[in-house]
Amino acid sequence: MCPLVSFGTFRQGPLLQTRAPSSSSPCLLDVQGLRTWFHTRAGVVKAVDGVCLQLKQGEILGLVGESGCGKTITGFSLMNLVDKPGRIRAERLFFDGRDLQALSAKEYRALRGNEMAMIFQDPMMTLNPTLRVDTQMIETVQAHESVSRRAARARSIDMLVKVGIPAPEERMCVYPHHLSGGMRQRIAIAIALLNSPKLIIADEPTTALDVTIQGQILYEVQKLCREMGTALIWITHDLAIVSGLADRLAVMYAGRIVETAPTADIIRGARHAYTHGLMASIPTFDTRGKNLFQIPGSTPSPLNMPEGCPFRTRCYRATPQCVHEPVFEETAPAHGVSCWHPGIAA
Amino acid sequence: MLSSIVRRLLQTIGVVLVMSALVFAALYLIGDPVSMLASPEATEAERELIRQSLGLDLPLWHQYLIFLNKAFVHLDFGNSFLTGEPAMRLIFERMPATLELATAAMLLAVLIGVPLGIYAGLKPENFGARSVMTGSVLGFSLPNFWVGLMLIMVFAVFLHWLPAGGRGPVEAFGPIQLSVFSWEGWRSLMLPVATIATAKCALIIRVARAATRECLPLDYIKFARARGLSETRVLGVHLLKNILIPIVTIAGLEYGQVFAFAVVTETVFSWPGIGKLLIDSIITLDRPVVVAYLMLTVVFLSLLNLLVDIIYTILDPRVQSKAGA
Amino acid sequence: MDIALESPAVRAKRESMLRVFAEQFLSSKLAVLGLILLVLFLCLAILAPWIAPQNPFDIGTLKIMDSKLPPGSASSSGAMTHWLGTDGQARDVFSAILYGLRISLVVGLVSVSLAFAIGATVGLVSAYFGGRTDALLMRIVDIQLSFPAILVALVLLAVLGKGVDKVIYALVAVQWAYFARAARGAAIVERNKEYVQAARCMSLSWQRILWRHLFPNCIPPLMVIATIDLAHAIALEATLSFLGVGVPVTEPSLGMLISNGFEFMMSGAYWIAFFPGIALALVVVAINLVGDHLRDIFNPRNEI
Repeated sequence: MCPLVSFGTFRQGPLLQTRAPSSSSPCLLDVQGLRTWFHTRAGVVKAVDGVCLQLKQGEILGLVGESGCGKTITGFSLMNLVDKPGRIRAERLFFDGRDLQALSAKEYRALRGNEMAMIFQDPMMTLNPTLRVDTQMIETVQAHESVSRRAARARSIDMLVKVGIPAPEERMCVYPHHLSGGMRQRIAIAIALLNSPKLIIADEPTTALDVTIQGQILYEVQKLCREMGTALIWITHDLAIVSGLADRLAVMYAGRIVETAPTADIIRGARHAYTHGLMASIPTFDTRGKNLFQIPGSTPSPLNMPEGCPFRTRCYRATPQCVHEPVFEETAPAHGVSCWHPGIAA
Repeated sequence: MLSSIVRRLLQTIGVVLVMSALVFAALYLIGDPVSMLASPEATEAERELIRQSLGLDLPLWHQYLIFLNKAFVHLDFGNSFLTGEPAMRLIFERMPATLELATAAMLLAVLIGVPLGIYAGLKPENFGARSVMTGSVLGFSLPNFWVGLMLIMVFAVFLHWLPAGGRGPVEAFGPIQLSVFSWEGWRSLMLPVATIATAKCALIIRVARAATRECLPLDYIKFARARGLSETRVLGVHLLKNILIPIVTIAGLEYGQVFAFAVVTETVFSWPGIGKLLIDSIITLDRPVVVAYLMLTVVFLSLLNLLVDIIYTILDPRVQSKAGA
Repeated sequence: MDIALESPAVRAKRESMLRVFAEQFLSSKLAVLGLILLVLFLCLAILAPWIAPQNPFDIGTLKIMDSKLPPGSASSSGAMTHWLGTDGQARDVFSAILYGLRISLVVGLVSVSLAFAIGATVGLVSAYFGGRTDALLMRIVDIQLSFPAILVALVLLAVLGKGVDKVIYALVAVQWAYFARAARGAAIVERNKEYVQAARCMSLSWQRILWRHLFPNCIPPLMVIATIDLAHAIALEATLSFLGVGVPVTEPSLGMLISNGFEFMMSGAYWIAFFPGIALALVVVAINLVGDHLRDIFNPRNEI
């Protein structure tokens, strides 16, 4: 039985066709060797240490990893929202053909919220509690286009309808704390979509919500992205959620991408030992009544990474060769792994 | 929201009543009320008259009610020993001068303190920010009157730029007299206002900095930046609206303190406000004026607290719904 | 049963905590400067009778010819140089400052100690007994705190009259509420911890629980308040004396000296008020620098 379907059956809502766009379309996002290091008094925290990502127009990428692996910082790095003492460096950081590292602060700001938007994790804190919803939506439109307040307001109302908020004219005139978590997240999504961005980075947007709302939001986001042709990076720790949503998956560990491939390829045949461990940890019908699998050991501290491959201390395939940093290679078309011993699980 | 206002109003009235009871106790129970409220030169016959008029033979609660009646209904606190005028009228005459001083000082403190505090909160390790913070320690630790003295020494005695004391020419503004309408009036205002504003500015800087440090790392600031809003808007609207809440609260409460502490500044600068009136009355044992001042201050401070609470509810929409629920 | 046995591990921990505290304190140069200044002033005040070139309150040694001499001038008898000048009654300003410092510091230290004792007791009792007692006591504290210190002090002094002891009473009345609130806050946190519940179950007397268990936890915030309050007390006493309602003329504090010198300022003899003012400012700023840094050490979150 196709594993894709088994994941689909115990998620809420119908599953949309995950139809990846043709491989001949140009790259929207091209990231090579992204490193974000924090130079603190305690030492250098290498939060992101060599991330390679490619995204095509309209593609949905799931960025998966456990807490603390650096996925949120990756999202912030793409948006240039990393606070001091963090510093972003990359071999290649291209968005829509433009070199992001060559942009001035002003140019980057023009990009944010306009062509590249972000949705945060906690809907409670994302919206400013002392400003009304319409103020926050209208200012997002007016920051990037000189339109009248009325036009901006009309656009906001349209977007609220699109994300499925009933009675949007009334909802707009309230303060954020009057609304539920699910509503607030929908508004955050609406704000992200207001200026028809080419890329949305969603940082665990459903983690803080109820399971029932999670499914709805997932479905809506996927539908909107397909409709508007927006590329999406969905950052999450929940492999199960994102596998029904994304065209491609990228698995992250200790600040590095360890494996990236189309979703179906990962589910059918993951090649990195960490990905095996992740898949095996997910409870399914087959694991009923048995002990859940756990990856032995714990994540290394970012101040104190092991030399070479960061997973080697917990890997069942580790050999003395792993002390050297593995190269990110394509073992199959569009399937890249960062490992000396890639292969299907034993 | 209305119910919470009514509740606070009742609490305020309660506090005022308690204070009036304390003042009453101090006057009528400790020491001889006649000698307290009669002029020191009164003869025995006059004292006897006063004794009778005060109704000292009546039961205590009756006396207290009379006191309350006279104080709050008729605003009659007796006449000043010095001038013979009704004490409350004296106070109302001198109050605008103090209000002028207090309002100008608070405004200056907020206008300078908030931007400096935000600056210190944005880049706390900056040399500029650290100097601001050290300056703020100086600002609120130096005694008020010393600052006033130093200012007089530099600007009045050595440089002869500003007058060393007194209030400038006044003009009527409705029912009260203000001195802010002339340049001369401002010249006289500058030094006393600077004296008071120093300490309050230091406090506001610290409050603004603390609030900024607290609000800056929060998600909604990052989200505002993620939407591509200009830094001016992020700081000037998103941040400011959130830090204004503690600042307004503190500024409001400090206004009451300034009003009372004007005693010192008015003495240093010979400013004809109610603070100076209080000191003079204490020194000359003009007790009716002291009592009138006390009761007025109690009412004023209580009302101010109430007002600050109401403003807080208006500013912070989160409190509104909790209060109204 | 005594729970006060200290194992070597506990003692070692306490010593290393002291070392950490010392390191943290020394990290701020300003605070260290403040501490040095403070110690210097304390020594000056204690040794005043021996250091001062003249006893300014011994009228016999004063010569009217020597009044209002500018700083640096020699006295008429040539016996000494008035480094800081003389005042309207031929008193050497430097000596007057030393003696005035004594009064200011004594008033400050005594009033803070008393306020500490009273306030801490009230706060601890309030926290321990909770319920109605707590509500009532804290209501009183709140009302007291909402009134400006200067007014309370003025009114009390108007009623009590002049004198160093009256000033101390007034200062204590103004300050105890701060200590009470801080002590209660810290004690409440501690009271809810399990070992206090356990002690109550063992029916230890409440005095013992209060002083042995709750009080030690309150010491850090109370020390911060004590330091900052010392500065406030000295400043407040100076203010009251300046206004003429504080210490009597026979025992002038720095505030009184400034008040005396105020009238001479306009006529150009600025030094009579200026130097005592500088001394006062230095004392108060030094204490505040120390107290500010202590506050940073003990509550890193509370930055106001």
